[in-house]
Amino acid sequence: MMSFGAAVREVRGVAASATRKASSNGAGYPPALQVERVSAGYRGNRQALDDVSFIVEKGERVAVIGPNGAGKSTLFKAIVGVMPIGSGRITINGEDTHRSHTNVGYVPQQNAIDWSFPASVFDVVMMGRSRHIGWFRWPRKGDRAIVRNILAQLSLDHLANRQISELSGGERQRVFIARAMAQDTRLMVLDEPFTGVDQTAEQEIVDSLDILTNHGITLLLSTHHMENAALHFDKVLILRQRLLAYGPPDEALTTANLRQAFGSALPVMTPGEDLLMFSLDHDGGEAGNGSD
Amino acid sequence: MDPISFLAEPLNYAFIQRGILALVLVGGISAVVGCFVVVRGMSFFGDALAHSILPGVAISYTLSGGYVATNLFLGGLGAGVVSALVIAWLTRKIEVKEDSAIAIVYVTFFALGIAIVSTQDSYAVDLSHILFGSINGISQTDLLIVAGMGGVVLLIIALLYKEFQIINFDLGLAHSLRLPVEFLRVLLLVLVALTIVASLQAVGIALMLALLTTPAVTARLLVKRLHHMIFIASLLGIVSGVVGFYASYYLDIPSGACIVLTTSLIFGLVFLLQSSWNLLRESR
Repeated sequence: MMSFGAAVREVRGVAASATRKASSNGAGYPPALQVERVSAGYRGNRQALDDVSFIVEKGERVAVIGPNGAGKSTLFKAIVGVMPIGSGRITINGEDTHRSHTNVGYVPQQNAIDWSFPASVFDVVMMGRSRHIGWFRWPRKGDRAIVRNILAQLSLDHLANRQISELSGGERQRVFIARAMAQDTRLMVLDEPFTGVDQTAEQEIVDSLDILTNHGITLLLSTHHMENAALHFDKVLILRQRLLAYGPPDEALTTANLRQAFGSALPVMTPGEDLLMFSLDHDGGEAGNGSD
Repeated sequence: MDPISFLAEPLNYAFIQRGILALVLVGGISAVVGCFVVVRGMSFFGDALAHSILPGVAISYTLSGGYVATNLFLGGLGAGVVSALVIAWLTRKIEVKEDSAIAIVYVTFFALGIAIVSTQDSYAVDLSHILFGSINGISQTDLLIVAGMGGVVLLIIALLYKEFQIINFDLGLAHSLRLPVEFLRVLLLVLVALTIVASLQAVGIALMLALLTTPAVTARLLVKRLHHMIFIASLLGIVSGVVGFYASYYLDIPSGACIVLTTSLIFGLVFLLQSSWNLLRESR
């Protein structure tokens, strides 16, 4: 069996080469996302985010992992602007999110959405065009063409007239990815897109992410699936209120880091998932030697 | 009586013509605004707002010496906007849940209104008009005011349709698009207040909620996109206004009760037909 490290490197090759393409002409330009010493959280709660700093370069794909309540959603809401930050600074393409009207593509958690809302797939994706359409205006022909084009790229065109409650979990995620694409942004944050979807849908979402990467869009995604984080992302960020690790998967996903993040309740150590077991051994120095 | 004279007879009188026009306007506009009330899940807010305009109406009524007239719009509007803002303001505190804030404002304002109205001698009759509506007293000016307020409400909704759609569907997107969320939220509440005040004379405070919710919910059963829902709901509202008017005229029942019972009847029919249709389809 192929070693985990080799598998990661091989699969990541696709994403990494896209990254290089996207960032090669980005030298000297500000990073896609810079989070500097950010603390945030709802009043009365324990601090959800504590002094978090990291940089994401243009075109990179970053997976954010951490236990429930680690502050992943808070981090994303702060970046998008849903939630104010207590202290620190977030810049997107060099612009301070406090001052500028930077537009970030946002794919919220599925349970944050009212699926009974009277809207078709087409309507939801069109919502992403709102800024481009402008105040006091209705969508024009060009906007409709753009929405249809995005739906076609993500193989969702046959669902355009479906009401959103009539979609499967994977289709729902892709519709919101399409909506974020319609926002026409360089940075997209996706909150738990792999949660509650089956394996086929998971693959379809991964394919959609590749389309985004090919468009040069920088991706920040939270997930519980360490396997996905390791296989499909350039970097992994481990969060538990504070930033515990940030770097390429084989450097960040060490047993020590995961223990620190998840404690004894390591959710990934289930028998049968030998890949993951192996990834945890990585730290012990056996990784890359292959056998299983 | 043949059908034509059945329909035409009431229309011989100008004040009755005004009445039917008012009901049609009110039915249509309330249904449009009601679609946002329903998809936002703020029916309770609509009911509370309707009741909380009573003190404003009561003050206008008392100041005019116990006379139900055009000035009620002004008082009602003032109280409606104040209570909408107070609710919006109270719910900024995380400890005060929205429904609790609404409940407190609602009962306080309503009680205040009753206290004020009861200082007048003829208050029992007038209070019933305020609560249940009376189309007979609608003047030319009243009708113009209803049409004007309705026009403003519809215009704002047409201009800000996509923004209202977004803040009702997904606040996350609204923030990521940097929409002025708080402003739009309050504006929508003010539009609901305007609609309620415009409908005050025709349907009254107590039954206002039905006009906001029932046509919208019925429309939601029939279609699955917001703009379709708004279109169908406004048709249902207008039809209910017409049917409710004739029922009120011939059966001598307050117009508010008639229009509301009509909307409920349509809802019941649609619900039953749809349920039995689904049963039929499943059994096949």
